[in-house]
Amino acid sequence: MSRRRLFLQFALGSLRQVLRGNLLYWGWIVGLLVLVGVGANAYLEQFRVGLITTSMRDQVSWAFYIGNFTFLVGVAAAAVLLVIPAYVYHWKPIKEVVVLGELLAIAALVMCGLFVTVDIGHPERFWHLIPGIGRLNLPSSLLSWDVIALNGYLGLNLIIVTYMLFTLFRGKQPRKGIFTPLVLLSIPAAIGIHTVTAFLYNGVPARPFWNSAILAPRFLASAFCSGPAVLLVLMQLLRRFTRFEIQDAAIWKVAELMAYAMFVNLFLLGAEVFKEYYSNTEHLLHMQYMFTGIGEHTSIVPYMWFSVIASVVAFVLFIIPWTRRNPWTLNLGCGLIYVGVYIEKGMGLVIPGLTPDTLGEIYEYFPSRSEILISVGIFSVGFLLFTLMVKVAVPILLGELRARDASGTAPTSS
Amino acid sequence: MSCEPGLSRRDFMCAVASCAVAACTDVTHTSFFRDRLRELSTADIAAIVADLEREYRERFGKEVTVGTEEAMDGVEFAYALDLSRCVGCRRCEYACIEENNQSRDPEVHWIRVLEMDKDKGIDFAHATPYYDAEEVPRPGHFYVPVACQQCRNPPCVKTCPVGATWQEPDGITVIDYDWCIGCRCCMSACPYGARHYNWSEPEIPKDEVNTDTHILGNRPRPRGVVEKCTFCIHRTREGLYPACVEVCPTGSRKFGNLLDPSGEIRYVLENKRVFVLKAELNTRPRFYYFYGV
Repeated sequence: MSRRRLFLQFALGSLRQVLRGNLLYWGWIVGLLVLVGVGANAYLEQFRVGLITTSMRDQVSWAFYIGNFTFLVGVAAAAVLLVIPAYVYHWKPIKEVVVLGELLAIAALVMCGLFVTVDIGHPERFWHLIPGIGRLNLPSSLLSWDVIALNGYLGLNLIIVTYMLFTLFRGKQPRKGIFTPLVLLSIPAAIGIHTVTAFLYNGVPARPFWNSAILAPRFLASAFCSGPAVLLVLMQLLRRFTRFEIQDAAIWKVAELMAYAMFVNLFLLGAEVFKEYYSNTEHLLHMQYMFTGIGEHTSIVPYMWFSVIASVVAFVLFIIPWTRRNPWTLNLGCGLIYVGVYIEKGMGLVIPGLTPDTLGEIYEYFPSRSEILISVGIFSVGFLLFTLMVKVAVPILLGELRARDASGTAPTSS
Repeated sequence: MSCEPGLSRRDFMCAVASCAVAACTDVTHTSFFRDRLRELSTADIAAIVADLEREYRERFGKEVTVGTEEAMDGVEFAYALDLSRCVGCRRCEYACIEENNQSRDPEVHWIRVLEMDKDKGIDFAHATPYYDAEEVPRPGHFYVPVACQQCRNPPCVKTCPVGATWQEPDGITVIDYDWCIGCRCCMSACPYGARHYNWSEPEIPKDEVNTDTHILGNRPRPRGVVEKCTFCIHRTREGLYPACVEVCPTGSRKFGNLLDPSGEIRYVLENKRVFVLKAELNTRPRFYYFYGV
């Protein structure tokens, strides 16, 4: 059979797969679609009247959307945490779930793109960013570099996942000569996307809170916590609901790596806190706004403390072997890490960086209803996309979904 | 704005356009599918100007001229502001709004006059733009107006992902409002809070619109783009003073050609001791402050 016809079969088989499911599956899909609709509706209003529907103003000109974007770049980058041990140390149990990390990266990158799209004033002028017809301002603009890095990483992950799944679908094993170099390339690419995103903030001397050399290392450390937190929960769900076999050893190993990453993350945060409070220059204002508030301006303080406490508790839960092996404390730790990093790398990065503003004014930002609805809609798009991709990938990985005349010993389509 | 022919690219974009979006009803065909103003030919710019003038005529019910004066040879504009004379009356701030067609609702102010404590010196952390201008100068306070510092090393230009903002040969940093995608990187990058975003459709009363405009300056802006002080580019390129200089009742504001040895700016630089805001950031402003008395 020609490769083209096989690919058509692959596409149709995938389509059939996502259209088949029990009540729980359809309830989840319909629920997400409703939330996507709610978000889309809020976005239409924002597109009609402008970003005045957000709480952003000149003083705080980036906020919830860009915070979510930054957090999700970290989630996308974290796929490497699974790739590194699997391919560098040849750990058998982790290898089979690498593809799930790559799928998570794809979903996270799509959400990143959507968050940037809803944040800009003229999304219809996106073509100004396309080299050739537009004018990407290289090498000086870091957002230009980020456009390249994120799209490159998205493309790479799409190629890896499609190649792997299509090969398995045909009943063959991925060829090492193609697959391994691509996967190894995705390691520096993942580090690259988060580094460039960190530099987007880091390279702004007007904002001393961001203009710190350890910003990029902090970004990487926190990403190595938040991304795997999602995957650990997913791995347990798959183990329960499908024939997918994931050994406890794999889950515990990832949790252990997360504990080390969280230690580095907290250590770097401590280094920043020491530098600012001991030096006590006017740059301290931003950190004060975060941890104690300035005067009556204290709206983000409880969130920041919650984030720090959640991260410390999760670190303790994951460093002690007993608690990281107990499913209850393991999942509690995943939840705390996710929320802790979400606050720290989202609002906790963007808002104190811009408050007080460059002329000393304090504008207390809190996301508007419209911003929250649009963000919920975007997260729903991501969850939906991820669900559909996993729905196709799992039966292929398990050998349940195969081409009709696939060679090898794999069973035919169930 | 050079005269490099940009027609082929524009034609290509028009072809793409014909089968693409009709969603963007607020922009004309010419202004949407075109290259940056900086690359367009004189003929293309003339077509855009005609479009803009027609659009403004329909919107405001009067003739609005959109100028395209280019930088004059041998001119580099600079500004000097005498902090010992400024009383913080904010007339510059309001003259600027009227002259430059800034939105009245929501309010956009290119100039912010900050009230500072005399015993703290130039200290932004304790400054406020929200004081009662009827009661100035208040005892114990002094006033520092801040607008675009027209940096020689502008962080905003460096950060723009699409090159929608650049420095003109006469030192004025301008924005191509029809090329800006509204990402606001430049607002994060600006150390002086000089860049302002149109969070909603800018509102200018018909009877208050200034009909003397420049394509890179005070022409009415669309929603969702960034704007800033251009040293009144429509006036200064014709040899006039910026509106803020003319309106200042205390004579605190000095403006002129940095390259003119007998000019006012060179006099200030030679005979007064000047400083720039946030010198440690190496933005090298063309906006100097000094204490004249």
